[in-house]
Amino acid sequence: MAKDKLENLLVDVVAKEDAPILKPLLYTSKSFYRVVFVLVGIILFGVLAWILQLRSGLGITGLNQPVFWGFYITNFVFFIGISHAGTLISAILRLARAEWRRAITRSAEVITVLVLFFGVFNIVTDLGRPDRMLKIFLNGKLSSPLLWDVMSISVYLTASAIYLYLPLIPDIALMRDTLNSGTRRFVYKVLALKWKGTEQQWHLLERAISIMAVIVIPIAVSVHTVVSYVFAMTIQPMWHSTIFGPYFVTGAIFSGIAALIIAMYFIRRSYHLEAYLKSIHFNNLGLLLLVMSLLWFYFTFTENLTAFYGAEPAHLKVFWAKFTGGYAPYFWTMVLCCFIIPLIVLSNKKTRTIFGTMMASVSVIIGMWLERFTIVLPTLINPRLPYQRGFYHPTWIEFAVTLACFASFILLYILFTKFFPIISIWEIKEGKERGIKETEKRIKSYLPE
Amino acid sequence: MPRWGMVIDLDKCTACQACVVACKAENNIPFSSPEEAAKNRIISWMTILPIMEGEYPNLRARFIPRPCMHCDKPPCVKVCPVGATYKNRDGLIAQVYSRCIGCRYCTNNCPYTVKYFNWFKPEWPKEMKSYLNPDVSIRTKGVVEKCSFCHHRLQKAKERARAENRQLEPGDYIPACVQTCPTEALYFGDLDDPKSTVAQLARSPRAFRLLEELGTEPKVYYLTEGEWHG
Repeated sequence: MAKDKLENLLVDVVAKEDAPILKPLLYTSKSFYRVVFVLVGIILFGVLAWILQLRSGLGITGLNQPVFWGFYITNFVFFIGISHAGTLISAILRLARAEWRRAITRSAEVITVLVLFFGVFNIVTDLGRPDRMLKIFLNGKLSSPLLWDVMSISVYLTASAIYLYLPLIPDIALMRDTLNSGTRRFVYKVLALKWKGTEQQWHLLERAISIMAVIVIPIAVSVHTVVSYVFAMTIQPMWHSTIFGPYFVTGAIFSGIAALIIAMYFIRRSYHLEAYLKSIHFNNLGLLLLVMSLLWFYFTFTENLTAFYGAEPAHLKVFWAKFTGGYAPYFWTMVLCCFIIPLIVLSNKKTRTIFGTMMASVSVIIGMWLERFTIVLPTLINPRLPYQRGFYHPTWIEFAVTLACFASFILLYILFTKFFPIISIWEIKEGKERGIKETEKRIKSYLPE
Repeated sequence: MPRWGMVIDLDKCTACQACVVACKAENNIPFSSPEEAAKNRIISWMTILPIMEGEYPNLRARFIPRPCMHCDKPPCVKVCPVGATYKNRDGLIAQVYSRCIGCRYCTNNCPYTVKYFNWFKPEWPKEMKSYLNPDVSIRTKGVVEKCSFCHHRLQKAKERARAENRQLEPGDYIPACVQTCPTEALYFGDLDDPKSTVAQLARSPRAFRLLEELGTEPKVYYLTEGEWHG
């Protein structure tokens, strides 16, 4: 019966072969609820930890003097990094007219918008007085890189939300026209903004999307550059580095692609979208990930060699803390996860399978979190004045809040897939109808007549 | 306009910690429990840092009292997103506790690590409450604080001088640590007044400043015979 309903709904509106994309919106399996249940459990545990921290103060965490920053700032940098998945990758692929983008852009753009909230949340969690947060706007001082962060992240959040929303409009309109149930239909009706699919509307939409695609790229680059400035503008050993801007942007795109691959893997498996998210997509993204891995290694190598060769005592203390000292396990795990594993898995065609790229991506995600961790901590533990050394032993509070951030992000993401098609229906259709012809024409134009 | 500065004679310092205690009593700094102290959570605007010079077997233990350096070019001030730490009219680096959002960016950009954070709500034993200094405000949980060079004493000294219709004289304003030091290893005064003790000592060949190469221009000078290897 259920199947009939779906088929009826879709008659005339969507070509029948696109029905699998809409299926997750109409039917929810038991395992979905199980996942939601587990996620909500983790989130509640994190909320409990957070409330405890708000009540008794940051003393409940492992932070101390002079290790004033720890997990939360690591998470902040990490989540803002992940946000580069979407917008940047999808914008670059759109502008490059990479035809294989069509099935993956939406899932990438959603990551950006959702994960940004958790970047911001971690900053708020880290504040000693989160109740005074708004003073940033009331008494904001432009000389502080933290204020630059506030500005660029707000702009980025706005721009990437618009960039997610615009290509959603035709699909929302489609949902409005296909569904006949009450409240949901009303929401779609509002969100569809009277979209009728007229030629003029299409023209406007396409223009708007391409303008936004151009705008979001510099914004995205600026965001992670500014995040790096929070560290680079200080005079602390191994933070005060000119390489940090591009290094952070590279790391951000790197972890962003990894997050996208993982998301695609689970979307494909859980919603049976094998026909859309094919091995070619994983292969191409896997190659991109490989390139970013090499680039990441290049930056890491340069950064550390410079510190080592220059051999300033303050820098060397941080350097050795990472290479042989207390942070060596994290540092070398990072090298393993960010470089060695992805290199082995992704440079070989036999292992660059769907599963292989997913596993390499998991490795990259772990490695990139550790990268942020080994940037924040060793410097704080080895401050410039050489008479005091620090230590950091995070408590369960930090772990619980961190896990809750991951769980909340995943929860919001899978809820999104329940309300909006996670693969852009109109773009797939456009690819079939126009993309093939256009690409053929384009290739012909490259060649001698 | 005086440029207030401190000179600390390391050769006179016995590391008796009297300055530390005087500072805590003067500035309403709460005690911390041994457990919190073991976690590096002590707040102590004036700290005596132990230093080991050289390597075994040629070791030499030394001590260095560390207040806020009140840099003329303070790295902590630039990074504060809300202007809660600033250089006041007297050239001292001040904290506005009611504006601080507790982001701890300033603590991380201070190369001397002299800034402290209130990890918990400050608490005093019942008996101690009547001994709190009414001139110094009590900080709340979650804000940053540090040595103020006992700025409240400067305000009082200025008011007294004005009431007595005279100029501020040397010795009218000295911080609690300087006043307390039993070996008189600490000096305080106007660095810009060439006749002042601090200005003369700061010019001595024994004088040096911490991490001078960073260009922060600290207003705390140290004195020691020979070279400082700290």
